[in-house]
Amino acid sequence: MIRLEKRRDPVRGRGFVAAGWATVIAFIVGCVIFACFGIDPIAAYAAMGKGIFSSFDSFSEVLVKATPLIFTGLAVAVAAMMMLWNIGAEGQLVWGGIFAAGTALYVFPGAPAWLLVPAVIAASALGGAAWSLIPAVLRAKFQVNEILTTLLLNYVAIIYMEHLFYGPWRDPAGFGFPGTAQLPEAAHLIRFAGTRISLGFPLALLCAVLLYYLVNRSAWGYQVRVIGREQRAARYAGFNVTGKVLTVMMLSGAFAGMAGMAEVCGIHYRLQTGLAVGYGYDGIIVAWLAGLNPLAIPFAAVLLGALFVGGEQLQSVLGLPSTISLILEGALLFGLFVGQVLSGYRLVMPGRSPDPGVAADKPEASV
Amino acid sequence: MIEDLTFIAQISIKSSVAVLLATVGGIINERSGVLNLGIEGMMLIGALAGFAAGHFTQSPILAVAAGTLAGGLLSLVHAFFTITLRSNQVLSGLALTILGTGLANFLGRALIGQSGVRIRQWPIPYLADIPVLGDIFFNQSPFAYAAYVLVPLAWFVLYRTRIGLMLRAVGEDARSADAAGVNVPLVRTASVFSGGLFAGLAGTYLSLSYTPGWKETMTGGQGWIAIAMVIFCMWNPLLAFFGALLFGGLTALQFFFQATSMDLIPSYILKMLPYLLTIAVLVLVSVFSKHGKSASPADLGVPFQREL
Repeated sequence: MIRLEKRRDPVRGRGFVAAGWATVIAFIVGCVIFACFGIDPIAAYAAMGKGIFSSFDSFSEVLVKATPLIFTGLAVAVAAMMMLWNIGAEGQLVWGGIFAAGTALYVFPGAPAWLLVPAVIAASALGGAAWSLIPAVLRAKFQVNEILTTLLLNYVAIIYMEHLFYGPWRDPAGFGFPGTAQLPEAAHLIRFAGTRISLGFPLALLCAVLLYYLVNRSAWGYQVRVIGREQRAARYAGFNVTGKVLTVMMLSGAFAGMAGMAEVCGIHYRLQTGLAVGYGYDGIIVAWLAGLNPLAIPFAAVLLGALFVGGEQLQSVLGLPSTISLILEGALLFGLFVGQVLSGYRLVMPGRSPDPGVAADKPEASV
Repeated sequence: MIEDLTFIAQISIKSSVAVLLATVGGIINERSGVLNLGIEGMMLIGALAGFAAGHFTQSPILAVAAGTLAGGLLSLVHAFFTITLRSNQVLSGLALTILGTGLANFLGRALIGQSGVRIRQWPIPYLADIPVLGDIFFNQSPFAYAAYVLVPLAWFVLYRTRIGLMLRAVGEDARSADAAGVNVPLVRTASVFSGGLFAGLAGTYLSLSYTPGWKETMTGGQGWIAIAMVIFCMWNPLLAFFGALLFGGLTALQFFFQATSMDLIPSYILKMLPYLLTIAVLVLVSVFSKHGKSASPADLGVPFQREL
């Protein structure tokens, strides 16, 4: 009989195996959905692929979509390294956008670009960090479950943003259009080679590299990882767990806030509806698909970005709702679970010998 | 004055039904040791399935059945991943919400703005004639009456029957329950499925009765509020009435201020209040349960590591 046998030795690159399985399973789920709608899956995937890779311009859109996803993926990942769940990247993104727009429109309206661009970046990080400080304090001081507080605060942030651009911040010359006035040009992030890829993209990559070094090469990062693995041991070792909860959550919020800045100052050039479109939630998928590895996050973000661009393509070519990409996203995450299980086991075919690793382990274990 | 208060109370109950049903579903889930953060997704799928069934068959009974069952079916995905594959419960629940939202968005696109079955208020003869109280409690939709029955029933099953004892035993100490001969995976799967049915029914209420129609944003975070209310009512279905009424009351106040165009509190603050108050409630529960016995279960959000 074919059976599953637990691997004694973890597979090298297990995360990649799991992510690979996730992609395969999402692909199969997509096939089923297309077939249900009477659409040839191959034609559908061909349309997606063509939409993504047909030209430099279309591929650049993938990187445009990936930019906020890298930031929110980093936000979720840094919190998750300490077993904190930041489901509130969406709200922190919104506050980053609010702070960035506010800085450009009301704080330094006439400033030159060399001053304004760093200012909006810093302000957005501050805005996101401040918003994530609320659940962080509640968690650190009162042991309030951060899953729920971060999530509920998303709704609060979005309602407040809508209040701003429907009310006090509404563009007086906007003919009642809900949104702020356009940001001064000095606040626009530069774009590259005629595409919509802005400075936000390299900034996101830089953040990923910085986070990698911070986590893997600094004492702070070491402590964070220990707390994530074994909180009691960390307390015995005298690590300041409460302080780490605060700093990790603020760093997380800062990343998410910069996602909002990249959208507002890199794409929309104003605060308006369409800022909170779910990138915060997508960040959860990005982070886990990347196995919480900061250097893998840009790749996971590009994969998801490609899914979005492909989904839009399906809408324009085949008339399917682009929200199919959301279903595939869910399937990716569920596929990841399957991958995690499968990469921890091996299939044993009938008549085959058991895992050589198991046999080899035994004498060593008795030594 | 009395009329205003009666109106507010009536709307409070009306606005709390979905959260109440979803909360009780969440309690059944978590009592067996499985955290399901997919309630929002299951509610949305329930709302869509109920609306779609009503739209195509014009039968209220089929609509309610379809919506409820859809929530239950979606919950089986969570059951499979967390119980059979032992995936991370938090992540699986989130994935369920993402999948449910995506499916509802995708499948419901054609139904936006369509008309479906509408389940109206259904005054109970005689009881509805009781002054004040009759209007508040017995001039409601059948969903509210279902909740009046289902919520105490859930309490009774959990605390006064063998099945309930098994379910709670599995949630408290799965290994011991297993040693006592309880089929832990089966009990957990059944409880997750029941939770899904409740969430589906809650969603059906939204699309058939509370705000008849189909809209992708119609749950508006009520599934998440329900998860918070599970903590607030300390995993006891009877206390869920209070948690849900708190939410319903705030929503009713919002309607009342809008209807009478009173500007005591700006509308955006009123809109935020249910979420802010839910957070406040969570804080209070944490502060007061620090020394009490009923803090959150130890395995809340922790993957279940039992070797099968």
